Amino acid sequence: SPQVVWDTLGNRQFCSYKITTKTQNFCRNEYNLTGLCNRSSCPLANSQYATVREEKGRCYLYMKTIERAAFPRRLWERVLLNKNYEKALEEIDENLIYWPRFIRHKCKQRFTKITQYLIRIRKLTLKRQRKIVPLRRKLERREKRREEKALIAAQLDNAIEKELLERLKQDTYGDIYNFPIHAFDKALQQQEEESESESDAQEDEEDEEDKREFVEAEDSDLSDFEDMDKLETSSEEEQEEEKEVEEEPSHSKSKGKAPLKGPARRKRRYIEIEYEEETEPATKTTTA
Amino acid sequence: GGSGLLGAATEDGAQPAPERVLFPPTFSVSEIKNKQRRHFMFLRWKQQQRKEKLAAKKKRRKEREALGDKAPPKAVPKTIENQRVYDETTVDPNDEEVAFDEATDEFAPYFNRQTVPKILITTSDRPRGRTVRFCEQLATVIPNSHVYYRRGLALKRIIPQCIARDFTDLIVINEDRKIPNGLVLSHLPDGPTAHFRMSSVRLRKEIKRKGKEPTEHVPEIILNNFTTRLGHSIGRMLASLFPHDPQFIGRQVATFHNQRDYIFFRFHRYIFKSEKKVGIQELGPRFTLKLRSLQKGTFDSKFGEYEWIHKRREMDTSRRKFHL
Repeated sequence: SPQVVWDTLGNRQFCSYKITTKTQNFCRNEYNLTGLCNRSSCPLANSQYATVREEKGRCYLYMKTIERAAFPRRLWERVLLNKNYEKALEEIDENLIYWPRFIRHKCKQRFTKITQYLIRIRKLTLKRQRKIVPLRRKLERREKRREEKALIAAQLDNAIEKELLERLKQDTYGDIYNFPIHAFDKALQQQEEESESESDAQEDEEDEEDKREFVEAEDSDLSDFEDMDKLETSSEEEQEEEKEVEEEPSHSKSKGKAPLKGPARRKRRYIEIEYEEETEPATKTTTA
Repeated sequence: GGSGLLGAATEDGAQPAPERVLFPPTFSVSEIKNKQRRHFMFLRWKQQQRKEKLAAKKKRRKEREALGDKAPPKAVPKTIENQRVYDETTVDPNDEEVAFDEATDEFAPYFNRQTVPKILITTSDRPRGRTVRFCEQLATVIPNSHVYYRRGLALKRIIPQCIARDFTDLIVINEDRKIPNGLVLSHLPDGPTAHFRMSSVRLRKEIKRKGKEPTEHVPEIILNNFTTRLGHSIGRMLASLFPHDPQFIGRQVATFHNQRDYIFFRFHRYIFKSEKKVGIQELGPRFTLKLRSLQKGTFDSKFGEYEWIHKRREMDTSRRKFHL
């Protein structure tokens, strides 16, 4: 009747242990020797059958014989195998003596595989294990949101620029950057405050003129430093804080633009300078 | 709704001018069952609110101008930074005790220019592409740093070797699912160990700019907003990664900006266009860190003495309380 069993379960009707895939059939039965669904590997369709299984690191040999087919409780006989690999193989051999070659061979193969993976497990547990920490979705979302808001509140670019300007003011850079203008700016500011009540166009004009001359000379100095030159013009043109410091395009732009006194004019803060109409062309000619 | 509302609402698409609509006193927009009409009424109500708000604003501004000098000072809006719960460990710049502590803690030799930082950067096991590239970029940003692969070596065994080879700091970048997500910074000869959670890592090619690579010059450092004692010690720890004398010719600056317990790292190149304007260009990777724990000795997760751990239940209760 194992033949009948196979005819029913294996081939035609439904077997709950059978898993079909595109190329092969697998058997989910825990006593199956090879894991495939075959006539020779089905533990239900063979009245004489043996498997090797491991429990908690020890290997056992399970055997099923025809005589016990009527007693499901005592159907599978269990034999503990030796811890030593070779001795265990001998034990399998002596227990399965006179059994079909196929089952003996497959049992030994399975036993080998099992011992190999047990060794690997033992080796791995000695090394550092990865501790798996569960992610908490709410926490993570909260953190992410808070980070974004903190980023917006931080205004990093502004903060960095402010800090750099502070350091420049406090002279941490020493003599690298020649900006004596700002000292002059302060002097100008003081002068402005003094003359605030009167609208001294002339005084302002004079200052403007002086400054203008001074600034022009300085610009010619600055033109020696390539970077500064291009920066002046490029800052004038683009009026943005963050941009590339690419030299060639800005250089070509500067060639096409007005002469250097353009940035000089712009650099002066727009103070309320009151020109008298007649004198304006005069100033232009002096600086030309 | 009333018949008047019906009449107004059935003009699909053509919205009448939102004049002052008098709703019956017990009416609310949410009671209309029809979605289209309800939506329409809601929009109208919103427009009205906006008008009223604008009118109120104008009125206030007029009053302010009318008063001139006697106007009350402008109200400063409340921000989280304004409302921050006062932390008693905030460092006062003139505090002597803090200054004394800092003169004798583990970073004193660095700040006294006795040691030059030498950094070892490594990762957790089996780093994936992104982490590897991030490590390389980090190595270019931090001068005098070396990247070594960790091939399954235990940290406890690496540390004595590092000390023997004169490294001053160890950075371990932890990775999860191919992205770096943690950073362990350990000051080596027996120094404190800080464990951070790292987020929003951007590699150099992902940053929108067209600049070049960072050069070999030693960058400057900016540490912003590290106010409490804990923040101060973390700040010193981060600063001790970089050599003490920045080369200003390089015009590079590394910034660690602390905002609400998140430390943002940026690496820029700056240029002074005038004495009032500076242009910055971002190069280099960027990431944010959040401190998880600070240990007194070197990395030891089991027996180490923790100076500070982030305990979620206790420390995350208030939105306005920050620790760094």
